[in-house]
Amino acid sequence: MILIGERINAGFKDIKAAIENKDGDVIKEWARKQTDKKATYLDVNLGTASNKPEDLCWMIEMVQEEVDTPISIDNNRPAMLKEAIPVCKKPPLVNSTLAIDEKMDELLPLVAEAGASIIGLVMDETGSPKNSDKRIENAGKIFAKIAEYEMSPEQLFLDPIVMPLKFMQEQAQEILKAAGQFGLFSDPPCHIVCGLSNISNGTTQKSLINRTFCTMMIANGLDAVILDVMDDELVNAILTAELIMNKSIYADSYIEAFRR
Amino acid sequence: MAVPDVKEKWSNAINAVTIGATKDEGGTRASTVTVGGQNTLPFMTFEGECPNKPVIAGYVADTVPDWPDVLKNAIGDEINSPVEWAQKCVQDFGVDLICLKLLSADPNINDASPEECAKTVKAVLEAVDVPLIIWGCDDDDKDNVVMPECSQAARGENCLLGSAKVSNYRTMVAICKADKHKVISEAPCDINLGKQVNILLQDADFDLKDVIGYQTTGALGYGLDYIYTILERARITGMQGDKLMAMPQICDIGGETWRAKEAVADDDILPGWGKLAKRGPMWEAVCAGNYLQAGADILVMAHPEAIKIMQQTITKLI
Repeated sequence: MILIGERINAGFKDIKAAIENKDGDVIKEWARKQTDKKATYLDVNLGTASNKPEDLCWMIEMVQEEVDTPISIDNNRPAMLKEAIPVCKKPPLVNSTLAIDEKMDELLPLVAEAGASIIGLVMDETGSPKNSDKRIENAGKIFAKIAEYEMSPEQLFLDPIVMPLKFMQEQAQEILKAAGQFGLFSDPPCHIVCGLSNISNGTTQKSLINRTFCTMMIANGLDAVILDVMDDELVNAILTAELIMNKSIYADSYIEAFRR
Repeated sequence: MAVPDVKEKWSNAINAVTIGATKDEGGTRASTVTVGGQNTLPFMTFEGECPNKPVIAGYVADTVPDWPDVLKNAIGDEINSPVEWAQKCVQDFGVDLICLKLLSADPNINDASPEECAKTVKAVLEAVDVPLIIWGCDDDDKDNVVMPECSQAARGENCLLGSAKVSNYRTMVAICKADKHKVISEAPCDINLGKQVNILLQDADFDLKDVIGYQTTGALGYGLDYIYTILERARITGMQGDKLMAMPQICDIGGETWRAKEAVADDDILPGWGKLAKRGPMWEAVCAGNYLQAGADILVMAHPEAIKIMQQTITKLI
């Protein structure tokens, strides 16, 4: 499972303050903590703290001073990415593009040139998709564009767009259904990713809802997830779901072996 | 329209493990043997690389095993001395390394002392200059006293020591680390236990890149298909990135084949099965050939005819 640590995001107060005060230690601390918890990528998000490319680059540099975990650049503006991608020591994961031709034509050349990967949100000009068919249609559009830029399916992470359970309860099933179809586009398949925390937005049982939904998504082909990697119960559930899907081999100490 | 590329690509390579140490490396071997390192399924060289060919280790025991005459005669009188047997394996049979089985240590056989076993190890090391596998008698309590002596006697030679199991891995890890040997991690026909033993070795701070896997061996007709599946699955998982499964694998073809009825029963007992003199070595060769396809990296073999067939097979496949 590809675990994308969500914590270095200016939506969190400590990160926002760190960006404003240029306090690299806070960024480094979260880079270290999430890497120790076996994050595969570290998401880096500038949020509303700034719109300057140099601030995004500074965040990436702070992370890279501490760990060598690859970066997921959580930004979709070409001007920012043009500056930020070259700063990454390892090919980054760009988060994200929409299924809109003009957007993709701006972003994909940058991504393809750097040998990076990209998250494709299955959303187009008409807004959030309301059902699985629309999600699959948009995924097809992204897939066609990826091929146009000669990127391999392995460089694409399709995101079915997770919506809050509390407010759009009927969407969860549509998301699961769509994810189950994404793997059929190609062989080898593209990755399937989601921003997990959305599902539990506004609820009182965040952790339980996150991990229940995550295991159901894994049963539908999810192989990457943007998550709170510090949530041990969630990661344990992921490891277990991967065993159930026969994606990894059982051993009595499978949890301990992962955490080592 | 271009023909689609359907080649499999794997993200990880199997560990490359070197056995033996030359003079420059602190040992006395004339050459070393490296196995593993492949990033594709066996012999699929059009998909990836198989940098090291599978090797044959000559089966040598410190006491004459309970084998049929057809095999004992094929090896010759040298079978009575581990030193001469090892020399014949190298000089006449052309094996890549020697697998010395300390059967005599078994309390139910000769109950040989650790000192006697260590003496044999030393003598074999002096008699041949290929790398050595040293394998205990499979009695944990006895191996726990015999193997430390033998390990010390072979210190610096970078031998492969067998075997670390759930029940005795601490001793094996300690001696292999102290005397700088590689270790065989053993789990009987159980891939989950195989992974667990590797986790235990890792927890004991043993570098998994110094490990050869042994999922035990089923002779042809006696569970070969179970072990075949395990080896294949372990190989695929290892190449998919599970570092706990990325070990080269060893199979004890000789030790298992010559216990199978079809390889030892005379013509009058198995009428219609063909002459034993031909059937026995064929049974061993076919068994070895199957394991080769499953991904075995080290084949421990006994009959000179079977060894010859497999040497030719490996040359043709590579």
